[in-house]
Amino acid sequence: METTRALVLVSSDRDSMERGAQEVFERLQNQVRATGLQDEVVVTMVGDVGRHDALPMVIVYPEAVIYGPVRPDDVPFLVEEHLLKGRIAAGLQASTRELSGRIAWLSARQGTLPAERRIVLARAGLIDPEEIEDYLIHDGYEALGKALTQMTPAQVIDEVSKSGLRGRGGAGFPTGTKWRFVAQAKGDRKYVVCNADESEPGTFKDRLVLEGDPHSIIEAMTLAGYAIGANEGYIYVRGEYGLAMERLERAIGQARQMGFLGRGLFDTDFDFDIHIHAGAGAYICGEETALIESIEGKRGEPRSRPPYPTTHGLWGQPTLVNNVETLANVPPIIRNGAAWYRKIGTKNSPGTKVYTILGNVNVTGLIEVPMGITLREVIAIYGKGMKNGAAFKLAQTGGSSGSIIPASLQDTPMDFDSFARAGVSLGSGALLVCDEDTCVVDLAKVLLNFFRVESCGKCVPCRIGTQRAYQILDAVSEGTAEMDDLKDLLSLADALVGYSNCGLGQTAAVPIRDILKHFRAEVDAHIALRVCPTGVCPMSGRQVMAA
Amino acid sequence: MSKSAQNGKDVHTVVQQAVSRHGATPDGLIPILSEVNHALGYLPAEALNEIGRQVRIPSSRVLSVASFYRMLSTKPRGRHVVQFCENAPCHVVGGREVWRALKEQLGLGPGETSADGRWTLLTTSCLGLCAVGPVVVIDGDIYGNVDAAKLPEILARYA
Repeated sequence: METTRALVLVSSDRDSMERGAQEVFERLQNQVRATGLQDEVVVTMVGDVGRHDALPMVIVYPEAVIYGPVRPDDVPFLVEEHLLKGRIAAGLQASTRELSGRIAWLSARQGTLPAERRIVLARAGLIDPEEIEDYLIHDGYEALGKALTQMTPAQVIDEVSKSGLRGRGGAGFPTGTKWRFVAQAKGDRKYVVCNADESEPGTFKDRLVLEGDPHSIIEAMTLAGYAIGANEGYIYVRGEYGLAMERLERAIGQARQMGFLGRGLFDTDFDFDIHIHAGAGAYICGEETALIESIEGKRGEPRSRPPYPTTHGLWGQPTLVNNVETLANVPPIIRNGAAWYRKIGTKNSPGTKVYTILGNVNVTGLIEVPMGITLREVIAIYGKGMKNGAAFKLAQTGGSSGSIIPASLQDTPMDFDSFARAGVSLGSGALLVCDEDTCVVDLAKVLLNFFRVESCGKCVPCRIGTQRAYQILDAVSEGTAEMDDLKDLLSLADALVGYSNCGLGQTAAVPIRDILKHFRAEVDAHIALRVCPTGVCPMSGRQVMAA
Repeated sequence: MSKSAQNGKDVHTVVQQAVSRHGATPDGLIPILSEVNHALGYLPAEALNEIGRQVRIPSSRVLSVASFYRMLSTKPRGRHVVQFCENAPCHVVGGREVWRALKEQLGLGPGETSADGRWTLLTTSCLGLCAVGPVVVIDGDIYGNVDAAKLPEILARYA
């Protein structure tokens, strides 16, 4: 199997370029090829690393050694020493005072990159998902046994809290806190619901967990049930995931037979069982209250909140709703302890994140890496670069409900807090990489079409707002819009964010605001000049206007 | 009691089987609708009424639920249902061209069924097959990395 052993970043801000960064970059590439390391070492340009005297700078991972200033003639020595012999190239290191705040995070991640780290997908693809024995051999149900025989429910919640695990469905809410809310809520019965209604465009990570390691979700839900005091769980699987459902059904049957589900688990008085509920095709059912409505046999229309499901969920009882990826993190945390988990990822976003890499890159697919990797690194290492050598224009994160990331944010670490500070969001982990031939109006139109189709229609701002926003974008792409229409578009975005009943309407505003914030000139060209700069939009209204 | 047949199957019997499998309770409604939809090809008014009667839910609510979900249909569909993913991941890797060609070759717009009852063309939201986009699904058969040139050969497999 091909594995990336080292990542070499070359600074490419204006100062670096003036001081020969391009030549350093090319020499590095040639030298890496000449020494036969091209399959193990990735060389890529990185944006602004801050102002200092050590430019151009070369940063080598996973050791996070910073060299600078590097001259083209230094390259053979650097490659020979660091990449071939594995030791620091003497005399080339930048002095530590050169490390400005801007690149401090780069060295803070020392040793964590560029390797993949699998926790959620540790077993997927390695074990036979249809045989419980395979799961048992690979630490299966060990965490459940440990929790039931050695820990109190409060201790389980404590461990999850201390791990710093945050919800992987997109919102990043602290998982331990949510568990505590449900544990403390008063109710006759409590429920654990696994949200497997994975429908964010570009996202299929949960499917791979369900298909490749179904027992991990059963174990995690049972652990959660023990922690919060629930005896019943539901897995809500999207209707299109037939294989996932088959495997889950089989796994639940095996777990019941072996005594991991049912009455008196591990000779305690704790009972737990799980039902599968199949969705019937509705994106909105990924919203937790819509999902609960759907289990109850109704239209999947989100409820008004508060009250939240933690106190008033399924059948009006306290209910814990967790995403598949979130749950898959729980058994390893209980097995290895919160301190172990804290060592992976960043301080405020511990652990790994599963990303799907899609769009105009050479290799599409799925990776699990520690939190804090950057988009540029993902594209360079795992996407194997942009397709046909095209330039990167933007990436769209998290399915339809993420953000549009312009090139200027390519070097922002992808963790909950760094992204929040930059005003963007991680979403569900889909990374749709788009090249220079992508038109932002066309892209926004496709995204708004998605929201308009998937809006459940319950509240007016979303039902009408997404429809009207789509119409305006369509007019922009046809060359029939006026500048004032953009004002309407922005006020629609405000209405969507301010008055929609749930996250669907609220996030429908994101692509509108993002393209007008980052790509205003390109949008304006469609209106003022009646030209689509990338030549993608039909502009069929243009002739009519001219006539 | 209803005795008429759909797709050669007795509506009453199909509903009864589904109800006995999933239970005459509110949370059984969506699984029942899915199973009846699968057996009959769609959900005729007669089936909705029969489900309402057997599960003891007003048929108006049964219809309200049935019309909400994409995988349930209250209208008859063609022998072959072609679904095209219209979301961004498929769109940016050539989906736009495939969609244009698909409409042209079938002579249908989204949601339409051909006069001879052979085809129904539907758009769908993401199916989670994005690594192999653009994606077209015909009667549950998945085709990935589709381009316009491959379409005639794919469509010819469905008589």
